[in-house]
Amino acid sequence: MSCETVLAQTGLAGRAGKSRWPARLDLLQSGTGLFLALFMWGHMFFVASILLGEPAMWAITKFFEGYFLFGRSYPWLVSCVVACVALVFAVHALLAMRKFPATYRQLRTIRAHAKAMRHADTTLWIWQVYTGFPLFFLASAHLYQMLVWPQNIGPYASSDRVWSDALWPFYLAMLLAVELHGGIGLYRLALKWGWPNAPRRTLARLKWGLTAFFLVLGLATLGAYMKIGYEHRAHHGERYEPDGVKEERKARMEEEAR
Amino acid sequence: MSTGATPQSPRPQSQTGKHRLLTFDILRYDPRDAASVPRMRAYRIEEADSMTLFIALNEIREQQDPTLQFDFVCRAGICGSCAMMVNGRPRLACRTLTRDLPAETTLAPLPFFELIGDLSVNTGKWMRGMSERLQTWLHVRESEPDLRRIEARMDPDLAEQIYELDRCVECGCCVAACGTARMREEFTGAVGFGKIARFRLDPRDTRTDEDYYELIGDDTGVFGCMSLLACHDVCPKSLPLQTQIAFLRRKMAGMGASRDVPVPER
Repeated sequence: MSCETVLAQTGLAGRAGKSRWPARLDLLQSGTGLFLALFMWGHMFFVASILLGEPAMWAITKFFEGYFLFGRSYPWLVSCVVACVALVFAVHALLAMRKFPATYRQLRTIRAHAKAMRHADTTLWIWQVYTGFPLFFLASAHLYQMLVWPQNIGPYASSDRVWSDALWPFYLAMLLAVELHGGIGLYRLALKWGWPNAPRRTLARLKWGLTAFFLVLGLATLGAYMKIGYEHRAHHGERYEPDGVKEERKARMEEEAR
Repeated sequence: MSTGATPQSPRPQSQTGKHRLLTFDILRYDPRDAASVPRMRAYRIEEADSMTLFIALNEIREQQDPTLQFDFVCRAGICGSCAMMVNGRPRLACRTLTRDLPAETTLAPLPFFELIGDLSVNTGKWMRGMSERLQTWLHVRESEPDLRRIEARMDPDLAEQIYELDRCVECGCCVAACGTARMREEFTGAVGFGKIARFRLDPRDTRTDEDYYELIGDDTGVFGCMSLLACHDVCPKSLPLQTQIAFLRRKMAGMGASRDVPVPER
């Protein structure tokens, strides 16, 4: 057995020199959080393309499936991106979990502390925990769905999922949790690392402004999918295709038939 | 009756009508007395001009309850002895004017520290332990310092920066306000980070970042800080704790790029 293992088992690991891993893990937690928050905002813009109409959302979907690059769709390309995001998500969740209250005593202490202190940033952290916990389940379920059925992303497919498959409450809960958690997380990152070196009040205003913007955008987007899903409920399962593409596909099929 | 008072005003007035009647709900408990049970007790006094919480507590002790325990030494925000929870937040009693408080105020001892009794806590015991653990004194790698040598000159701006961090009075407000410390008692706390930041600035201290990493480079140290920053907001000396902790975090995180210290096999 190595000396390192013996020292770790006996609780003397730090005596020979402190491990560098806490530093790396701290950076990794912040880095994965930053990636996920920025990804979340980008993702919101892509999803919100439905507000510009079905053709815009279809084009975004097809872009990620490589349609405009290869001439046909490869939904597994989306699965690859989802797999990477899921990996980052898992690492972030694992690292962030270390900061959660681990016992009932800790939970009771921090709740009483936040209640008595009435300190905005302490309360915000409690909200980060409250919104982070459901994301373990909500984001995991969403990522799995997108990983396994990437072909079911599109103006009609997504709307059917939201309305006919009754997933709108799921997306509503996830929207609230992810926007609050990510917004607070980015604000805390800025404070934690001292960059950008702006006054805390400015950062807080920016944070709330961005959270409000993405919540409004998200709610409008969800509303749009619900509306399309409701109107499309009689044709559940049918996929959207722009007129030009539909005609092109028909012409190709006729040609192949000849 | 004061002209400013309206029929809707909830402010209780004293008999003279000049000042408010203040109510202090104070947590009373003597941990050395087995029969003692923590309870709240209310005291009412008449507010005076420029009255501090320290003056109010003395008045209560002198006129109403000589058994009330609380600490003070300097009465000027220098010794840090009179820190307590005022309406849920840590503050120095001597630096708190009653005019900034509502008519009813709750007082409790600082959490986290060993309770002596009522509002009195033993911050010194914890501070000493922290100081020994973090070695918060000047380290000079000279076996025999030459006391006759003229001290090296220090840039005035740097001296000012060091002095700024040296203003800490170890009152314990930052630790009592820290959510992380409240959950995890082994956490270093902002007072410790402030001291490390102070010695790191000092050119006379020969310690390197590697040495400081050994002191605060883990989750009980700077990586455990969740940046709730209540420490910064309640510090009665307005120390720049937010920027100092962020600075230390960047420096210590930079150590992550270096290799782990090899464990000697033999």
